[in-house]
Formats: sequence, structure tokens, C-alpha cells
Amino acid sequence: MTGTLERGGRLTEGSRTGRRRRLVVGFAITLLALAVALVGSVAVGARDVPLVDALVAVFSPGATDADSVAVRDLRLPRLVIGLVAGAALGIAGALMQGLTRNPLADPGLLGVNAGASFFVAGAITWFGVTTASGFVWFAFAGSAVAAVVVYGIGAIGREGATPVKLALAGTAVTAAFTSLLTITLVGDVETLDRYRFWAVGSLVGRDLDTTLLLLPFVAAGALLAIGGARALDAIALGDDVARGLGTNLPLARAVVGLAVVLLCGSATAMAGPLAFVGLVVPHVARRFTGPDYRAILVLSALLGGALLLLADTIGRVIVLPGELEAGLVVAAIGAPLMIAIIRSPRLARL
Amino acid sequence: MSAAAVETADVVARVRRARRRRATVVLSVLVALLVVVAAASVSVGSYSLTLPDLLATLAGRGSRADNLAVFGLRLPRFALAVLVGVAFGLSGALFQNLLRNPLASPDIIGVSGGASAAAIAGILLLGLGSVGTSLLAFAGALAVATAIYLLAWRGGVLGYRFVLVGIATAFLMQAVIGYLLTRAEIREASGAFVWLVGSISSTRWQDVAPVAVALAVLLPAVIALSRSLTALDLGDDAASGLGVRVERTRALGILVAVALAALGTAAAGPVAFVAFVSGPIARRLLRTGAAALPVSALVGALVMGAADFVAQHLLPGDVVLPVGIVTGAVGAPYLLYLLATANRTGRGA
Repeated sequence: MTGTLERGGRLTEGSRTGRRRRLVVGFAITLLALAVALVGSVAVGARDVPLVDALVAVFSPGATDADSVAVRDLRLPRLVIGLVAGAALGIAGALMQGLTRNPLADPGLLGVNAGASFFVAGAITWFGVTTASGFVWFAFAGSAVAAVVVYGIGAIGREGATPVKLALAGTAVTAAFTSLLTITLVGDVETLDRYRFWAVGSLVGRDLDTTLLLLPFVAAGALLAIGGARALDAIALGDDVARGLGTNLPLARAVVGLAVVLLCGSATAMAGPLAFVGLVVPHVARRFTGPDYRAILVLSALLGGALLLLADTIGRVIVLPGELEAGLVVAAIGAPLMIAIIRSPRLARL
Repeated sequence: MSAAAVETADVVARVRRARRRRATVVLSVLVALLVVVAAASVSVGSYSLTLPDLLATLAGRGSRADNLAVFGLRLPRFALAVLVGVAFGLSGALFQNLLRNPLASPDIIGVSGGASAAAIAGILLLGLGSVGTSLLAFAGALAVATAIYLLAWRGGVLGYRFVLVGIATAFLMQAVIGYLLTRAEIREASGAFVWLVGSISSTRWQDVAPVAVALAVLLPAVIALSRSLTALDLGDDAASGLGVRVERTRALGILVAVALAALGTAAAGPVAFVAFVSGPIARRLLRTGAAALPVSALVGALVMGAADFVAQHLLPGDVVLPVGIVTGAVGAPYLLYLLATANRTGRGA
């Protein structure tokens, strides 16, 4: 009897150190990937800049030679935007998957980014909003509307928000918003010209000022997310258990929802409606962290930034002399992974 | 037979009779509305006909100008819109039935996306004309649907797995379309974009004929399948108990539904939401959960016919909107409403 207990105690002890080791390995791999992504983002591109020169250029604001200017004015903004938008999408994806207990939740797939896109396009076309500080509010409003509609629609009914219901509601809402957006574009060749590059999701030609303006909102979203992590841990056990553990469910949902809206609205305003980053990243993170949401969120943020930057860098070299937008590279990686998740027998459980 | 059993049989018979009566009324009203839209479509325009003129023209006693306007220009356009509507309406209803999900329709689960990606590639990369584009769209839809079916296969195809793989595919196709649009000259991209919205651009009988022939092939297939589909509605086990080969029926049904969606998309582009809303509207009109294929087909035809009429005459002058703009503007809010109410009754998944 005592022997079994002792062995049991040793077992949990053993699995705990094993888990900690896995977590350390996960963070090490993630930081390595992030380092590669950061260096690649400033060193790789159409212009052949030696690695050392590129790194020097980053830290020498006075240099005026063509290589330094290219690195500082073209590649560095992409790095910042990719890092911030990727981190925001990674966190948002993890939050949505935790809140809905749905392994297929993603800001792109569930229509939240499409809502932000439509509202921004509407602000520019119908209300003549031209400044970034003007349309970010529309981006937030759009993601909020879409999030409420999709979650509201998906969660009604007997079984609550099943993966299929949410995914269908999200896709349908995306289709509805895209269709409305199309109406603003037909016949307007000039706007279409800008829209088509924005809609695929890319870090090229984005305004760094917009990102700097949005940085506080992303930070606020991240803080709210960390604040909601404990509640997400409880929600993962089921609503009833969570309530039993003393979680204030409406408050937790509101906090997490607000974080999602801030993060998705910001990311969409920065880099366009990107799908799949928020879907894939938390699944990878969970392999290393187990079910602890604070670890999942931190790792998802780092992985999200790394993924988007890597996608951007890969896109620069894959179709030379041209470039492939980051959103397209992410879709090419993300869609097969999504299908793999769907085919896995563990789909329904999260 | 006991008195209670007789009473039950009576009630069943009464309910059945009431349902049949309702179906007859709904069908007649839809046909009447379609005739009204048809009359408006062929007589209103920059050269308008009065009702007596129209009747005279239809009886073969019209003037040359009347004949040209009605038979040469407007009737083929209306016929094409109606045929496309029938194809979309049937396709959507079939998908929703087969996958047991009122929200599953070809425009959501990647089939229309596959057709669009192929067609846009044809327009932008190969410089194809309308016939080549249509053929490529048809092939694209079939290829993508086959891929979805195989990827969803895991010892049988479950409805939810087909839907989810389809959604992943839809987003992937969206990326492909985005790639193609960003690589093209803006003028060509703009043309491709109009195709993507969906429009009835032809007024020639030569373009109506192939669609009519394809529908004439597909409709008997739908009718042949409809009995086993009704059995499939009872659940896989009950259906196989009734002697229906479930997996084979489902595969054939999906094939026919994909072919119908491909046909409509090839002829008019991926007109937004016609396939999506026809089935739910039909079920609402009939007040049943069962497959309502004939009514769905008529609803699709009516929606397309009416939307194309509005698209032609909404803006002053001779500005003709793509029909997809109208169905999108009306369909998107209705779709959101449908989503909300479909799930409230617990039939959302």
C-alpha cells in the first residue's frame, strides 16, 4: 500500500521534472527559431547584403550607404510589424481556443479578422477616414462585432460551441463580410489595386507609424490575456468545474474577449487579415507546455512572431525575382496543418 | 385494429395530407412569382414592352423590335439566370442534406473556391475566353471536391470532417486567388474580380444551351437519388436497414451536388449565397426539416431571376451591376440571421 503510494508520488515527481524539461526545450527551440527569424528578416532579401553588414546597419542609425538604408528603412519595419502582429495573432489564437475549448479557433477562420477588414474598408470608403489613428477604432469595432456574432451564433443550441458549428459560423461570417466588402470595390479600380495586396496579408509597404500607434493596444491585450490565463485553465476543465473552482465566468469571458478584440483588430490593421497563424501556433506551443495557459500564451506569442517573420523571409526568396506575401506562405503551411488537426482523433477534446 | 391505432393512423394521414397541401401551395406560389419575374425581365428595359405587346409577342404576333428584345436578348439572359439558380439551389440543398448541416453549402466548403481559383488562373495566366474559363471552373470544382473527399476519408466520410476539411480548403483557395490577383496587371485583375463577384453576362442562346443540356443530364440523377437521400435523412443505421447503401449513396450525392455547383459557377461565376440560402428558405416555406429539393430548386431560380432583374435596373442608365453584388448585399445579412436562428433550434451541427 505504502509502496504503491510512494511509487505514485515518485511517478508524479518524475513526470513533473519531465514536463519542466519539455518546457525548457520548448522555450529553447522557440527562442532559437525567433533568433533565426530575426536575423533572416534583416539579412535576407532581393538586395544581397552580407550578414555582418546587415546586422551592423541595424545598429548604426547614421549610415547612409544604400545597403544600410535598405536594411533600416525596408527590412527593419517589416521585422517590427511581423513580430508584433505575429505575437498578437499567436496570443489571440490561444485565447480563442481556450475560451471556446475548440482546437480550430483562429482569428482568421472565425471571421474576426474579416470583420476588422470590412470595418476598415468601410471607414476609408464611406466615412473618408484616412489616418491610421482614425481607422484603428473601426478595426476594433469590426473585430468586436464579428467575434460577438460568431461566438453568439456558434454557442447557441444544445451542444454549445462545437468545432463544426463555430468553424461554419466563422466561415459564413467571413463570407458575408467579404461579400459586403466586395460591393465597395467593384468598379473602383484604384481601391481594388490597394486592396488586393492588403487582403492576402503581408508585411510589405506597411506603415511603421500604425504599428507604433497600435503597440499600446497590443500590450494591453497581452496583459489582459495573462490576467485571464488562470480562468482559461479552469475553463479547460469544463464550465461547471470552473464555476466550482470559483471562476467568475462572465467576467473571464469579457476579459478574454476584450483581449482577443484588441489583439486581432491591431494585427489586422497592421498586416491585413491573416489566417492560420493563430490556429497553428498554440497547437505547437501546447506540445511543449501541456495545459498551463500562462506558458501556452507566452510561448504562442514568441512562436507567432517567429512564424510570421519566417514566412515573410521565406516569401522573399521562394519566387525570385519576385516576392510571395507572408499571408500566402502562412496559408500554404497552415492549411495542411489544419487538415492534419481535423484528421487527428483528438479533434473534439481541448 | 384497436381504436387508438385507428386514431393514430388517422392523425398521420391528416398530417401527411396537410403537408402535401402546403407543398402544393408553396410550389404554385413560387411558379407564379417566377412567371411574374420572367414577364418583368423580358419586358422592362431601355426599350420597354406593355403587357399586351408582350402577350402578342409571345403568341408570335410581335413586331421585329419586340421579337428581338424578348427572344433575342432578354429571354436568353433570364433563362440562363434561372438555370444557374436551379443548379445552385439544388446543389446547396443536396449538400446540406448529405452533410446533415444546414450551413454546409458549396460556397462555404471550398467547392466554389476551387472553381474560382481554376477560373481565375485561366483568365489571368492562360488568357482564356468565357468557354475555356467555364470548362476550367468546372474541372477545378471537381478536382477540389475530390481532394476534400479523399482528405476527409477515414474509414468512411463523416459529415463534420468533410465540412472542416472543406473550410480549410476554402481558405487555401482564397490564398491562391489572392496570389493570382496580386500577380496580374490591375486591369486584368479588375476583370477577374468581376468574374469572382458573379454575373450573367451573356444574352445568347448559344451560351444557354450547354447549361441546359448539362442540367438535363444532372436532374434525372438527382431524381434517381432522392429516394435514398430521404432514407439517409433518418440516419446511417436506419438507412442501411432500409436497404440503402449509405457510403455509395453519399458519394454519388456529393458527386451530383458538386457537378451542379460547378455548372452554376462555370456559367455565372460564384454568385454569392444563392446555394447557401435556397435550402433553408425552402425548408422554412414547407415547415419541414426534410429535403425539399424541388422547392429549393425553384427558390434558387427565383432568387437568381429576381436578383439579376434588380442588378440590371437598380442603377439609372444602362449600368448593369454584376448579379453577385445584389445577392451579396441581400444575402449576407439574411445569412447572418439564418445562422442565428438555425442554431437556436439545435440543428446547427
